[in-house]
Amino acid sequence: MRKRVVITGLGVVAPNAIGTSEFSKAIQEGRSGITFQPDLADLKFSCQIGGIPPITEEIKHQYFSDLQLHQLNSSGVVYGVVAGIEAWQNAGLSVAGEEPDWDSGIVFGTGMLGVDKFREAIYKVDQGQVRRLGSTVVIQTMTSGVSAYLGGMLGCGNQLTANSSACATGTEALLMAYDRIVTGSAKRMLAGSCSDHGPYIWGGFDAMRVLPYKYNQSPKRASRPLSATASGFVPGSGAGALVLESLESALERNATIYAEVLGGHVNSGGQRNGGSMTAPNSMAVQRCIQKAVEQAGIQVSDIDVIDGHLTATMKDPDEVRGWVNALQRSGADFPYINSLKSMVGHCLSAAGSIESVAAVLELHQGFIYPSINAEDLHPDITAMIAPEKIPQQRIRKDINVVAKANFGFGDVNACVILTKFQP
Amino acid sequence: MQTKDELIATLKTIVKPYVQDEQAFANVTEKTDFINDLKINSANLVDIALDVEEAFDIEIDNASMERMLTVGSAVDIITQKLAEK
Repeated sequence: MRKRVVITGLGVVAPNAIGTSEFSKAIQEGRSGITFQPDLADLKFSCQIGGIPPITEEIKHQYFSDLQLHQLNSSGVVYGVVAGIEAWQNAGLSVAGEEPDWDSGIVFGTGMLGVDKFREAIYKVDQGQVRRLGSTVVIQTMTSGVSAYLGGMLGCGNQLTANSSACATGTEALLMAYDRIVTGSAKRMLAGSCSDHGPYIWGGFDAMRVLPYKYNQSPKRASRPLSATASGFVPGSGAGALVLESLESALERNATIYAEVLGGHVNSGGQRNGGSMTAPNSMAVQRCIQKAVEQAGIQVSDIDVIDGHLTATMKDPDEVRGWVNALQRSGADFPYINSLKSMVGHCLSAAGSIESVAAVLELHQGFIYPSINAEDLHPDITAMIAPEKIPQQRIRKDINVVAKANFGFGDVNACVILTKFQP
Repeated sequence: MQTKDELIATLKTIVKPYVQDEQAFANVTEKTDFINDLKINSANLVDIALDVEEAFDIEIDNASMERMLTVGSAVDIITQKLAEK
C-alpha cells in the first residue's frame, strides 16, 4: 500500500531572504533580491547583476563549527547546510545520538558544487602544490557534498544521495524523496538542492547571451517573467530544503503539516520534436504535467495555482502554451500562474527547491505571491490566458492545489502536485 | 631555536582548532596521541602538517607525516627538520 507523504519542515536561503518566515514576508511583499555585482562588471560580464543570499559571518557561525568553517570556500555548501538544518529544526526533529536515525535520509542535489574551492585547488595543482591542498577539497566539491555534511550533522542513517538534473534538480529531489517514502523505504527524507553563486557558475550563461544586459543600472527590474520586455534570466543562487515524511510518522510526532505531496512525474523530451540540449520538447513538457496530474489522482480543474518555471526568456509564452494545452484550460478558466524568479532570479539547480518552499507557504498560509515586473504582459500570453491570472500584487486566498514544475538543460522536466493537507 | 617546551606550546596553538576532546587537550604530554587522545579526525592530520610547515618554515615529507601521530613524534620531526635547514 502506498504511503501518504506530507511536508513537515521548510528551510530556505534565497537572494531576497534567509529563513522561512522572512522569506514568506519577502515573497508576499514582492521583494526583489537582485543586486548589482561589481565583480561581474570588473570581469566584463554583459550581465552585471545577480541574486546572492545575504549570508553573514554570524549566520555561518550559527550553523558551522570553527573547524568546519576552516578553509570553507564553497557557497553551495553554506547555502545547502543552512537551509537543510533549518528545515530539520523547523520539522521539530532532533539530531541522532550514538545510533544513526535509520529511518531518515537525504537527497540534496546540485548542478556543480564548490566552484570557488575547485578554482583554488586548480591553481595550486597547476603550480605543483598538490600536497598543499589541505583535506577538504574533495568534500567541498563532490556533488554529494551537502548531503554528506548534513548527514553527519543530523546523524541520518537512511539513503544519503545527491541528484543532478540542471534546473529541474530541486523538483526532482523532492520527487525522489517522495518515492522513497511512498514505498516505505524511509520514514523521513530531507529533500533539497543548492547552487553556488559567482562568475564561474554564471559565466557560461553570460557567454550564451541568455542573461539580460540592459538592466545593470536597474537590477530589481531585470527579472521579468511573463513580460513583453523579458530579455533573459537573471542568475541567482541559494538553497531550499523540505522535510518529507510519511503521514503516519508525522501524526505520531504530532508535527505541523504544511502540505501533502500528491504525486508527480519526471521525464525527458529526448531532444526530439524541437527539443534540444537547451530547449524543451513541448510534447514532453505537456506529458510530464499530465502524468503528474494523473499520478496525483486529481482533475485538471482542481489546480488553483501554477508555480511555473518561467525564467524570463522569450520561451515564457511557450511554457504558458504548454500549460494551456496540458490542462486544456485557458482564458479566465486558467489557474493563477506566477514565477518566483521575478524576485530571486533563476537560482539554477536551487530553483526547484526554493520555489517549492514558496509553493508550500502559499498553500499553508493562504496567499498567492505576486509575479513582479510583469506589468507589461507578453501579448502572446494574454492571447491565451486572462491577465488577472497573473498576480501583480499578493492575493490573499485559500488555495488547495499547486502544480510546481521545472524544466532543465538536457531537455529534462519535473512536475510535482502539492495540496493543502486534509486528514 | 625554540626549547622543547616552546615547541610544544607552538604546536598546541596549531592543533587547537582540530581538537575534539578539550579535556585531553588541557593535559597534553609528549605521549598524547592526536587521533586516539585528542580525537582529531585523521583527515585533519594533513592540515596540521601544512600548518606546521608554515609556522616553522620547514617541509614535512610523506614518510615523516606518516610518523607524526603524537605530540612527541611531531616535536622530534620539527626539531630534526629545523636542524637540517
